[in-house]
Order: sequence, then structure tokens, then C-alpha cells
Amino acid sequence: MLEAPLVIEYPFNRTTGPVIGAFLTGLREQRVLGIRGVDGRVVCPPVEYDPQTSEPLTEMVEVGAEGTVTSWSRVTTPRDGQPLGGAHTLALIRLDGADTSMLHVVDGEVVTGDRVRIRWADEREGLITDIAAFEPVEGGV
Amino acid sequence: MAPQRDVAIVAFAQTDHRRAVPERNEVELIQPVIRQALDQVGATIADIGFTCSGSSDYLAGQAFSFVMTLDAVGAFPPIQESHVEMDGAWALYEAWLKIQAGHADTALVYGYSKASPGDLPRVLSRQLDPYYYGPLWPDSVALAGLQARAMIDAGLIDEAEMAAIAHRSREAARGNPHAQLRGSDPLDELLAAPYLSDPLRRHDCPPITDGGAAVVLAAGDRAREWSKRPAWIRGIDHRIDSHNLGARDLTVSPSASLAAAKAGVSEGKVDVAELHAPFTHQEKILATALGLGDSTVLNPSGGALAANPMMAAGLIRLGEVFRRIEDGEADRGVAHATSGHLLQQNFVAVLEGDPR
Repeated sequence: MLEAPLVIEYPFNRTTGPVIGAFLTGLREQRVLGIRGVDGRVVCPPVEYDPQTSEPLTEMVEVGAEGTVTSWSRVTTPRDGQPLGGAHTLALIRLDGADTSMLHVVDGEVVTGDRVRIRWADEREGLITDIAAFEPVEGGV
Repeated sequence: MAPQRDVAIVAFAQTDHRRAVPERNEVELIQPVIRQALDQVGATIADIGFTCSGSSDYLAGQAFSFVMTLDAVGAFPPIQESHVEMDGAWALYEAWLKIQAGHADTALVYGYSKASPGDLPRVLSRQLDPYYYGPLWPDSVALAGLQARAMIDAGLIDEAEMAAIAHRSREAARGNPHAQLRGSDPLDELLAAPYLSDPLRRHDCPPITDGGAAVVLAAGDRAREWSKRPAWIRGIDHRIDSHNLGARDLTVSPSASLAAAKAGVSEGKVDVAELHAPFTHQEKILATALGLGDSTVLNPSGGALAANPMMAAGLIRLGEVFRRIEDGEADRGVAHATSGHLLQQNFVAVLEGDPR
């Protein structure tokens, strides 16, 4: 039987634009940016258009590198490509100063309400994976 | 959207759903189902005005894979056809629009997939946005766990109620010869099982399925010729919530509520509802969003917890409601389909039979 590998790839580049691009560039510099919505709430990661009114948004706001777990699910069988090679927690994290949550992984076991902080990747290239993972804040409230 | 023409589902067929069907390709999988659906109304493809399919290149592993699958319809005569990279329920919506516009009087709709060649929870991560979510490769079960957790934290459901939904669904599937999972372990055994992705246990998750389904639509008198009791589509609508999971209240489904309102779900009694809820907790979100009460029989087929062929499980919900109306078990029913992670997109149709 003849066999051949099947590699699905999309060999093109995307331009990330003024909002997502600013966020990703910020990560490279270890800063996290959100964006202020029409109602004053800070959306992080930032979106180009207001979630309610669809108006274009422009006011970038820096938020904290620590935050609070708003939901979580434990991953015991990690899959290829996931940021941590072993068991971890997939979580929604509301960073200090933001009003929405970011999806990322926590290196450790946490529950809703726990405090976590960003562990930056050593080499950052303007990707969401510049955040290597979040880690629990010891003694956090 | 309110219909301008009376259009009904008049035929429905589906595969016997299995974890893997390695001996058949997609054409061989869906062709017998299409044949059965056409045979139910005594039609050939020459009697069909429009053909529309739902499938996914990400599952098939090649671009424009639906073109190859058109072999299942036959090479002759030439047909008018279209395709959606969505569940077949959305293909049915397109076909319904085509008939409403007067461009066709009949339609064949089908949806299918083989999930078995890949790692489905990983493949489904490609539905997510490519900047914030995709690079994390979050699998579909862990993502669903975030939603279940949010419901548990909010006191809207607990693990025992989730297990009861799994138990009821798979016990109901004992009466469904096409279902993949028929029957359930007892509730106490379900709750004693380890977590698959805390807070979800295996029973909270849909099976991975290879399979497909086909439906025939017809307008007016043709529908009455082709079915002893057509299931008229009285209302049909589909809506979407933000793909930004962290900005949503995951415990509710505004898009399902809106689609239900536009489809007119509450304008009459609902004898039966088939909800496309792949995960146990999602049935509760949907039943709440659609305003369904105790008088409605939920998922008598077993639903997606008993068989979940991607790109067809939503279309099957329509077919299961149709079959109960045609057989006289129900007079008015609701079919729901979802697409994307955590009930991102929702489709609702109200089906009704003529008075008996």
C-alpha cells in the first residue's frame, strides 16, 4: 500500500490591524492592552467593534498582568500544540482593569475566584503564546 | 422569518450512526441515505429543484470536498446545487429560502461527516478565532467544560442534573435504531466515574460519530402528494452570539432565544422538541432559551448525546420532529441546531402538521 502524509496548511499571512496588532505588539513588550467599549467597559483581549453596538473602537487601555479566574476546566490529556505539555487548567481570566475575560491556560490547579498572574515566554514574537501560561498567585485573594 | 409559501419536510433518512465507518468514504456513506429519502416520496433527482449540502473540509481533509460527494446525487441529470460549510440544518435554511423565492418547488438537503480519521476535539479548535484562541489549541471538551462550570458556579445546574440528562437521553435512544449509544449505566455509576475534563465526565459529552442524514422539502400541493402528513415549516430563523467567549455570559443563549422568538416557538403548544445539545448542560441552556416547559417531550430520539455526526446532527433534529408529526405522534414541534463552540450559533424551526 502506498502512503503519503497529508499536511493541511494555509500558506498566507494575515495583517492583524490596529487593534489586534496593537495587542499582540504589546505582548511582545510584556504589556497587556484592552479596549474601551461604548459603555465604558474594557474588553480584553481587545475587539475592533463594540460587542453591543458594533461601532468601531479605538481607545486602547492597559490592563494588569494579574487577574481572577472566572471559569475553568481541567485538562488531563493535553493535545499537540497546547501551551503546556502536561496536565493544566483551561481558564477564562479577567485581568485587573478589564471587564471581560481572556482564554488561556493555567499551570496548576485553580478554581473560580482564584488569582493568577502572567508568566511571560522568554522569547516573544507578538503572539498570544507570548503569554507562556498563567500561574497561581500564592496567598492571592 | 415568516414564510410566504407553505413549505414542508416530507422525507427523512439517516445512517446507522457509528464511532467509525472505515470501510466507506463519504460518498458511499451518504448515497444510500439520499436514495432512501428520495424513495420515501417516490422521486428521483430529476424531480428535485434544488440540492443543498452541509459538510466540512476540515473534517474531510481536503478542499472543496463537497464537490466529490455530489457523486452521491448522481452525475445526470444536471442539478442546481449549493453547499454550506455548516450543519445540514443551515443547508435546509438555504433550500427553504430558494423555495420561498420561487426558484424551486422541491429540494434535497443532506449533511454528513466522518470524524473518525482525525482527533475531533482538536480539529474543532480550528473553528476559533486565529489570533486569541486558535494558537492555544483548546479542545472542544475543555471549552464546553468552561460553560458547564459557569452554570454550576451560578447555581443553574449541578453534576447530578447533568448526569440525569445524559441518562434520560441515552435511555430514550433505546427506541432509536439509528442511535450510536443506546441505553445508559445507572445514575450512581455515572456520577462515580472520573472526570474527562472537570466538571465534565464522559457521559456529559457527545459520542464521536461517522454519519449523515438527508431531508426532502416540498412546497404546497407537492408536499401533500409526497407525504401523508407533511411537517410544515411555520417559522425558521438562525442567530449568532459573539465568538469572543470571554465577553459572553456563557450560562445563557441570547441567540437561541432570539431565533426562537423570530420562529414563533411560543405561539402554540410544543409537543416535542429536538434540541441539538452536544453536552448535557447545554440542553438546560437551550430549553430555558426556547421557553420549553414540562409539557414538551425533549429529545425523544436521544439527541446529540446518543449520536453526534458533525454537520448532520442538527439536520437530524429536524428529521426527528418531522417523523413524529408525519406519524401523528405530535402535532407541533420545535427543531434546533447549533454550530460552533458553546452554542455560538443557533437555528430554530417550528414544524406543524395539518389538523387530524
